[in-house]
Amino acid sequence: MRVPATLIAGAILSTFFLVVALASFIWTPHDVAALNISDKLQAPSATYWLGTDHFGRDTLSMLMVGARTSLAVAIVAVGIGIVIGVPLGLVAAATRGSLLDEIIMRGNDLVFAFPSLVIAILITAVFGPSAVNAILAIGIFNIPVFARVTRGGALSLWTLDYILAARVAGKGKARISIEHVLPNILNLLIVQGTIQFSLGILAEAALSYIGLGAQPPTPSWGRMLSEAQTMIYSAPRLAMWPGLAIVAMVLGLNLMGDGLRDLTDPRLRRERG
Amino acid sequence: MLRFALTRALSLALSLLVASVVIFAVIEVIPGDPAAFMLGLNASPEAVAALREQMGLDGTLFTRYLAWFGGMLTGDFGVSYTYKVPVAELVAQRLQVSVPLALYALVLSTVIAIPVGVIAAATRGSVGDYGIMGATQLGIAVPNFWFAMLLVLVFAVTLRWFSAGGFPGWDAGLWVGMKALTLPAVALALPQASILARVMRSALIETLGQDYIRTARAKGLTRRQATVRHALRNALIPVLTIIGLQFSFLLAGAIIIENVFYLPGLGRLIFQGITQRDLIVVESLVMLLVFAVILVTFLVDIAYAAADPRLRRKR
Repeated sequence: MRVPATLIAGAILSTFFLVVALASFIWTPHDVAALNISDKLQAPSATYWLGTDHFGRDTLSMLMVGARTSLAVAIVAVGIGIVIGVPLGLVAAATRGSLLDEIIMRGNDLVFAFPSLVIAILITAVFGPSAVNAILAIGIFNIPVFARVTRGGALSLWTLDYILAARVAGKGKARISIEHVLPNILNLLIVQGTIQFSLGILAEAALSYIGLGAQPPTPSWGRMLSEAQTMIYSAPRLAMWPGLAIVAMVLGLNLMGDGLRDLTDPRLRRERG
Repeated sequence: MLRFALTRALSLALSLLVASVVIFAVIEVIPGDPAAFMLGLNASPEAVAALREQMGLDGTLFTRYLAWFGGMLTGDFGVSYTYKVPVAELVAQRLQVSVPLALYALVLSTVIAIPVGVIAAATRGSVGDYGIMGATQLGIAVPNFWFAMLLVLVFAVTLRWFSAGGFPGWDAGLWVGMKALTLPAVALALPQASILARVMRSALIETLGQDYIRTARAKGLTRRQATVRHALRNALIPVLTIIGLQFSFLLAGAIIIENVFYLPGLGRLIFQGITQRDLIVVESLVMLLVFAVILVTFLVDIAYAAADPRLRRKR
């Protein structure tokens, strides 16, 4: 089986950011919280590889810690979607056509009907802006996505012979869902997980850009951009790095998702071959 | 068809009802006393009491909900606490910016995406196709507010072709207004165009593989003729659905873009409402946005079913 080039490229990019984020726990070139007004708005140099902002903070260090914020918010938000959405989807598929199935799916439709950004803004407005509330706001909208993907994948499995065999053998619906259905839709979930992950990073950036994400002094790419916007005439360089970081990370995850889908979907594989 | 439309309409009404309860709960129940929340910690008890009375907070939850929802049905959205004018008036004003902006972006996105998607599908596997797919990957990964900043940097700061933000109003002339909305519309349209081009490409590739296309080719049509006459029309159905759904993304996405460009639209109003804790404005605006999204989805469903009879039975 040939590994798609997109998967390799995506995995390299994503791993790079993961390593950078992890590295920031033990080392950054400078202290991200340290304000060095005398060194403000420096161009890139040997001391400050990517220059400094209007408070004299080191851009590279802030980017590194910002990667951590981004990844943490997106990982937990996807986690919420999986932990709640997947069981809902499994239950809906196992009880197909029942009232329970109907309630779960209509509930999903309802969450989909809300413009996610508006609700994220609403949640952070009522509960106060913070990284945790941003995670919750993004996570809630991941639930119906995973419920729907799980149900769709599971429904087609329930018609297959080996599931019938398991039922004949006396296994209950819950046991079949966990032992036979779940392992066979894992690839669907992984692909969807990567996509939601990248959407989560974009959402986190948007929320912190309008001031509703992680609060100062925690660096985040979105807030670095909103601060850079006020200095776009004098120091346009500051608006470049965080934006490029977001694009590279999201691109990496999307490529990885595409590659994984190609790898796990035999239909696509045959088409390519 | 009528039965399908009726069941969809029923589910539309139900969704709206549940949505209104959720919004009411988040805004009026969770913060405890909304009046105290709006006025902040330093408010005098008299001011809170006055606002409580204005908002009708002394009634039971149920009567308050009925009053709010009933008011919305008759076009009464309450009076903004910070602007001291009826919310309906504010909304009507702001819609003059938001709706043209969303439509402008929608048109741009469609006009770019459809030809690009068709070219990619028609030249599948070529260098051009790979180039287009790479560019759309990039388009999807770019946060629209950052793209907006880059546009400002290039076209407003450096080239000085457009202003960096603000909206002179339609009274200044159609051309002037359109010009002010151009950069925001481009920023909004880019990610949507990227998604749409990809949908167009895969839909067309799928239809080009159908038997009826082979038949069309067999009876002597050239590849181009078969694509234009038969494949394109069928491939457009999923594309139209996505276009419909994108309208709501554009309305919501405008919240951020309107802030980048300081445009006095709905998105900026909702954002200001939140930062000023003007819950009366926020509550009604969120409901309106949800209504718009649900309504557009409903219309897309109906149009879809009208175009493709198979779907009516399937649901």
